[in-house]
Amino acid sequence: SFTGESGETKSTKVKKHKRRKSKKESKTRTVHANILYDHTKGGDNPNRHYANNKIKTTKYTLLSFLPKNLFEQFHRFANVYFVFIALLNFVPVVNAFQPELALAPVVFILSVTAIKDLWEDYRRHRSDKEINHMDCLVYSRNEKQYVEKYWKELRVGDFIRLRCNEILPADVLLLSSSDPDRLCHIETATLDGETNLKQRQVVRSFIDLDCEFDPFKYNSVIECEKPNNDLNRFRGYIIHRSGRRDGLYKDNLLLRGCTIRNTEEAVGIVIYAGHETKAMLNNNGPRYKRSKLERQMNVDVFWCVVILLVMCLFSAIGHGLWMFQYGDKRPVFDVLSPEGTDLSPVVSAIYLFLTMIIVFQVLIPISLFVSIEIVRICQVYFIHQDMELYDEETDSHLQCRALNITEDLGQMQYIFSDKTGTLTENKMVFRRCTVAGVEYSHDANARRLAMYQEMDSEEEDCTSHGGTLPRRDSVTSHQSGKVVLRSQSTKSHRRTGSRAEAKRASILSKHTAFSSPMEKDITPDPQLMDKVNECSSQMEFMRFHSQPLNQIPPDLCDIFDFFIALTICNTVVVSSPNQPRQKSTLTKLNEEKRPEHDLQHAFSPTPPNFEKTKALAQDECELRYEAESPDEAALVYAARAYKCALVGRLPDQVTVELPHLGKLSFELLHTLGFDSTRKRMSVVVKHPLTEQITVYSKGADSVIMDLIRPATGMSTLMRKRQRKILYKTQNYLNLYAADGLRTLCIAKKVLSKEEYASWLQHHLEAETAIQRREELLFESALRLETNLQLLGATGIEDRLQDGVPETIASLRKAGLQIWVLTGDKQETAINIAYACKLLDPEEEIITLNADSQEACAVLLENSLHYIQAKFLCNPRPDPQAARDYAGLVIDGRTLAYALDKSLEDKFLAVARSCRSVLCCRSTPLQKSMVVKLVRNKLKVMTLAIGDGANDVSMIQVADVGVGISGQEGMQAVMASDFALPRFRYLQKLLLVHGHWCYSRLANMILYFFYKNAMFVALIFWYQFYCGFSGSAMVDQWYLIFFNLMFSAFPQLITGTLDKDMSAETLQELPQLYMNGQNSEEYKPYMFWMNMIDAFYQSLICFFIPYFAYVDSDVDLFTWGTPITTLALFTILLHLGIETKTWVSLYNIIALFFTVALCYNASCPTCFSPSNTYWIMQKLLGDPIFYLLCVVTPIAALLPRYFYRACQGTLFPNPVHMGRQLDKLPVDMRRIFLSQSQMKLGSLGSLFAPRAPFFPLCGPFQKDYRPRVKQTHMSGTKQKEKAIANPIPSKSMEMRDPPLSSKNSDNHITLNFRMQEEVQSCRQGSDSPLSENLHCVKEPSSPISGTLPYTKDTPGSRTILDSTGLEAPLSPTDLCQVELLTSTPLLPQTESMQLMSPPRSCFLGQKLDDEDHSNQKSLLKQAGDVDHTHSTSCLQEHSLKTTFL
Amino acid sequence: MKNEGKSAQRPDNTAFTQQRLPAWQPILSAGIVIPGFLIIGLAFIGIGIGLFLTSQTIQVQEMDYTGVEKDSPCFRCTIPSNLNCTCEVTFSLSTLFTGPVFFYYGLSNYYQNFRRYGVSKDYNQLTGDTRYFKSRSPEEDCSPYSYDSNNNPIVPCGAIANSIFNDTFELYQIINGTKKQVPLDGRGISWWTDYNIKYRNPSPVNGSLAKAFDGTVKPINWPRPAYELDLTDPNNNGFLNQDFLVWMRRAALPQFRKLYRRITDGDYAAGLPAGNYSLTVHYNYPVLSFDGRKKVVFSNVSWMGGKNNFLGLAYLVVGSLCVVMSVVMLVVYAKFKFSDDDDA
Repeated sequence: SFTGESGETKSTKVKKHKRRKSKKESKTRTVHANILYDHTKGGDNPNRHYANNKIKTTKYTLLSFLPKNLFEQFHRFANVYFVFIALLNFVPVVNAFQPELALAPVVFILSVTAIKDLWEDYRRHRSDKEINHMDCLVYSRNEKQYVEKYWKELRVGDFIRLRCNEILPADVLLLSSSDPDRLCHIETATLDGETNLKQRQVVRSFIDLDCEFDPFKYNSVIECEKPNNDLNRFRGYIIHRSGRRDGLYKDNLLLRGCTIRNTEEAVGIVIYAGHETKAMLNNNGPRYKRSKLERQMNVDVFWCVVILLVMCLFSAIGHGLWMFQYGDKRPVFDVLSPEGTDLSPVVSAIYLFLTMIIVFQVLIPISLFVSIEIVRICQVYFIHQDMELYDEETDSHLQCRALNITEDLGQMQYIFSDKTGTLTENKMVFRRCTVAGVEYSHDANARRLAMYQEMDSEEEDCTSHGGTLPRRDSVTSHQSGKVVLRSQSTKSHRRTGSRAEAKRASILSKHTAFSSPMEKDITPDPQLMDKVNECSSQMEFMRFHSQPLNQIPPDLCDIFDFFIALTICNTVVVSSPNQPRQKSTLTKLNEEKRPEHDLQHAFSPTPPNFEKTKALAQDECELRYEAESPDEAALVYAARAYKCALVGRLPDQVTVELPHLGKLSFELLHTLGFDSTRKRMSVVVKHPLTEQITVYSKGADSVIMDLIRPATGMSTLMRKRQRKILYKTQNYLNLYAADGLRTLCIAKKVLSKEEYASWLQHHLEAETAIQRREELLFESALRLETNLQLLGATGIEDRLQDGVPETIASLRKAGLQIWVLTGDKQETAINIAYACKLLDPEEEIITLNADSQEACAVLLENSLHYIQAKFLCNPRPDPQAARDYAGLVIDGRTLAYALDKSLEDKFLAVARSCRSVLCCRSTPLQKSMVVKLVRNKLKVMTLAIGDGANDVSMIQVADVGVGISGQEGMQAVMASDFALPRFRYLQKLLLVHGHWCYSRLANMILYFFYKNAMFVALIFWYQFYCGFSGSAMVDQWYLIFFNLMFSAFPQLITGTLDKDMSAETLQELPQLYMNGQNSEEYKPYMFWMNMIDAFYQSLICFFIPYFAYVDSDVDLFTWGTPITTLALFTILLHLGIETKTWVSLYNIIALFFTVALCYNASCPTCFSPSNTYWIMQKLLGDPIFYLLCVVTPIAALLPRYFYRACQGTLFPNPVHMGRQLDKLPVDMRRIFLSQSQMKLGSLGSLFAPRAPFFPLCGPFQKDYRPRVKQTHMSGTKQKEKAIANPIPSKSMEMRDPPLSSKNSDNHITLNFRMQEEVQSCRQGSDSPLSENLHCVKEPSSPISGTLPYTKDTPGSRTILDSTGLEAPLSPTDLCQVELLTSTPLLPQTESMQLMSPPRSCFLGQKLDDEDHSNQKSLLKQAGDVDHTHSTSCLQEHSLKTTFL
Repeated sequence: MKNEGKSAQRPDNTAFTQQRLPAWQPILSAGIVIPGFLIIGLAFIGIGIGLFLTSQTIQVQEMDYTGVEKDSPCFRCTIPSNLNCTCEVTFSLSTLFTGPVFFYYGLSNYYQNFRRYGVSKDYNQLTGDTRYFKSRSPEEDCSPYSYDSNNNPIVPCGAIANSIFNDTFELYQIINGTKKQVPLDGRGISWWTDYNIKYRNPSPVNGSLAKAFDGTVKPINWPRPAYELDLTDPNNNGFLNQDFLVWMRRAALPQFRKLYRRITDGDYAAGLPAGNYSLTVHYNYPVLSFDGRKKVVFSNVSWMGGKNNFLGLAYLVVGSLCVVMSVVMLVVYAKFKFSDDDDA
């Protein structure tokens, strides 16, 4: 599609256009109709300055290609450098080679890049051409009808006619539609990836137009904004001849690239064309990032330059001295300058310096940059091709959008993940609801959902058994936990193909988002169903008898309103799947009989049926709900399950079909859309039964609960009922949240005529405003959404994606820190975190909720002390203890404080010592701030993964951004570097491909440095024997093409294909990933080691032939060619040692000899100054040559080989162990891997998990963290180090035994000693302070003062009170804050306190107290939430730490 | 976006795309490495001994005749004013010097590999292309040895040709006080390719090589023009003079020898018999200005060329190192292995 075709140039182009126009135009664009002006002489056409619809995303034209491309290439410093060197060769006094020859590599590199660019540009050109030549119908002034024209001929101001399923050629203002409601549906999938249909409306002034739109009658002028890239904004107005002005909104604009659906015909006027369309402006080409490895490499390139200069300088000085020693006695072999004058030593030294730069140029690897790019492209290709990263369901595979950071995937340290849609499927499934304070548990529904899970696991069983039918018995035996849930129906599923069938169904309905059977077929709760039936029958009765509806009991009334709200308080569009044109008839009020069968199906409480035929039949006549968000869809489907079905939606009317009552039409007065600030949406309707103006609101419980106020004219009884409902509902909300459900509150409000009128007046003003319109609408919405009456709440399940817990577990084993940043509420987030194993029931959770900056500071301080004390007092070198440390939960508000400059360091110190961090209720901005903070302060590699628009900023900030191409549109994908279909693919992407890419590239780069240094050093040594004259014994051709040909090819092959370990091993042993995290393949010292090795090897390769030939009649190149050959052998053998898989790379030796022989035989007189005619041929007949070829490489590689061999056999690192594991037969390997503790030599200790404070070892050095060093090493070393390492806490160790014995028991409550009044504030911790262990005696110790530890009896909870020793705070302050360390699901006691309300110390506060009863305090009531793991975790709470 | 069936995006399941290509993965395990080292080491020691012994069989007779010391026979020739100086170096052989004997002259501290010296020649000229005699392609290559002070073109131009070694030697065996000249064979001492392919004399004009050189002058240091290099053999003149060819092939290192003659003919085909010899040196080439040394070398060759103990020693050393390493690794490995076993 053409939105993908982009070019950065285009934006500059637009800028140019803008600049040109800015003289003429102000802030707006004025569009006239073109037909008023003669096309042939466009001079007077006011639209002539606007860009036409021809797009050109190419960078170059035929003429401009060469200069422009060269100009671009010379932006790369390396190219300039090499051109400089090549040009230097043209200067006679300094030249070292044949000047033309010296140009060759640069020209080669430049032309390869140029050809690549040219090819890319040609592809762009082709696709541009294709797009430009698409057809559309444009009104012609001369022919007085619509005629076919190419897209590129379209101009701003043209009228175009659009037909169903046509793609929009430009941004068009909708003027007419064949739809009776003057609507036009568009699909914006190509733009934002959202698959649901969107409605667009004809411009207000043309709505009433009955007859067909006649372009000749159009004589208005459109004033609108200048082109911008905001897809969701369009403002302007249309001025008619009468002088009347009408506002234009984004609802009137059809954007280029969208597809017309469900609308037979539409007419519009082009507003923005070509590059000025929003779609094109949104296209910002590929991203450019520089990987960590590349940054590291650049440092070493710099060092190479330094080495080069040093070598040149050395040679120059040497040459000067050499010249000087002869003085005036001129030896016969000295050559005067061409002019015949004698050169002074100084001058010739200076000349020589330049010559040496040319001779040694190979040291700066010219082909390195090109090679890296080639290797990366191959890597990207392989990642693309990976079958395991392909998602069959959506037919999508991984996309690499950034081509130059593949190796970064192997070096990640922190993962920041979104929750919804990333960890979860974003398939919102209605689970349960509360109406008027009564909970309906929907057990049948829960069972139904469990069934899906069952099916999935069964499916996996099937595949693991190699496609054979699973043996029923064996399945039950190892799935005993689930067998209870299996019912007759699941068996039938399996018979019919279960998941495959379900998959097919979901593919069939793929067209409509959020409509998989799981989401659609909700099993109603029988109790609630009865009530709904009862309610509607009563209503029916009353309507029939024209009795006032308020006779109905309030709870029934609430149920009715609840479902009405679910049905209409949304933006869901109804369509019928296979007959789009029927839409109009369907939505025409009532009269339309829907097939009985369908309704029956919807009401039937039987589990869904996946029988294919039925599914199809059902699909055909079923209404489709096209929702913008999955929550909406879930709620509408839920309501439909209760027979309260949405059957039609028009801009001003919603039709609902109800049992007994039939179809009811609600006049839709206003829709106040959802926004993330308000976190709610509302509709204002006129109730058809009561004729009242009613507001239905739906939103996050945190905001809705605050808006609940009893209406003014209410009886006390009603008030009391309201309060009770509120209380109960809040209870259930907490329960839902604890279950990991997403909660939404439904509320309503009845407006009196007067109230509505006064609100309406303001609202209309806001709507018509052109300036600040959004703000005014926002304020208007705020005014309306007050004093709501609570109807109920819903719990929607956001199901975890497949394999998320496993993925997280293995990523964590790989040493990755995983932070989840979500907009969800704290309880939901915590529970999802438990579900996906992000938090462990056994670990403590530090919750940070603060209301002010100061409170936050205190909290952070305390948690820091707590953590330090905890770890310092338990220095147990047991690797097992590593898993047992804290998780941190912080909410958005506290996060805002914590991210403040003054606190960020502390926040980080706390966060990094926690195993996992969960940020709830965070805004997109906060997400990106967190990522930025971690990235910049900790200097770690960060990966952000998300699926929605709210993750875009985070994705962009992180080192690697990963988008999930899920259901929520394409924004995240567009912003990402890699796009995955599923979260679980992250595991393979990082652990396997990341590892491979990293180790391949790292090895390749190091090798490049090595081989060039080695080669250049050979020539350097020779300078000692040729008077530092810059002559080389290596033929200039070999010298120049060495880098480009002989040594680059094998490296490219290994760089692309080398596998140090198999994918299976890498995935089964995630610990191997740490190799890349710690940059083990490429550390700064390795560069120097390689350099030293290179110099050593070159010494050997130089001096063995030297001594073999010294004082013989050997001539220069007969001596130099063996050296070249030897060096090549050595370099290739070196590669052989370093590479892990030997792909037959020794072809390169054959290549070398072939080339050498051909070259040596080619021309006897050319190639001055080094004529090497027939040398190789002669050498091949010389036994000395062969003898040299055997001994020299071996002597040169002996140390490295010895080192590697020792490393491989005696001190294997994890990578070696992994490789050995790889060599084992498959079944043996499985046995090894299945053992939780691997004992393969020292393998067990090698794979020991990282000690908890590992992240603290970074560059982050602050006083308030313990300085603990941890290194990854083998068992024996580990022990030695543990003793040898002077850990700052050495003194602690001595006190350690008693402490650890006490603390090995569970749950430690840690109280900082505090003032007496604070004690009173603390509640619940009156358990006997059985033993106070003074961990640190000195109050002034860096760990912080006295830390009395209490060993609580199991079952009691722990509170860390919020007092800092250094911060004497008033009790009130202290109570605003607290930090709780405990398992999240707190045991029984009602008094259990998650948070204390602000400004109150009184914890047992009555919840009925209205004004203080915000949802926070209500949360405290979660005491009745029982969780099985809460007890287990309490029992097993030992604090184990290790200091390595 | 594209609707080419359901699974249009599905990647190909081939060994290549899925990175499952078969490959040999060598692993440096102790079981392979230690015996490997040992075998290589022993093999090298064997080769080393062989090479060393071969090298020992080669006979070499070296004589420095620079004349630095006052008592050396050529001392008087070192005085620059003494032109056409001849001196005599005597030596005696105690055993038969088996033939064929190669007669080298050697220079040290002489930088034929000096970069500006090395480029100072014109290959086109040397292929006998008379077009390049007067105007030459890379003008700067030969300069300042392109034209003499009268601006006549020098052929052959350049520093290499100009600095040709011009000492000549005659070897006599002294049998009972009488000198018997040892015939020296100057044919075929240069590379075959040089003589037959790379270098060519200009086509003789009217049967005279000298005419082909018309309009050019000899290099400054040469006593005679190129076409009169060898007065005894008219075929050994011009660019195809063997001594010239040998000289033009630049030595790799500042200490080098070049083949002067071979002793293959007559009575000496089997080698130089034991006895006293006298070498008459026509001392022309000045080396003292750059602290150089001149020598003559008589040597015979084996299959591996001239005498060179180094290569054999190198094999011996590397071989021993390999053996030592394997032993060290064995010891360390055993130690670690057992300590591991103790742990377990």
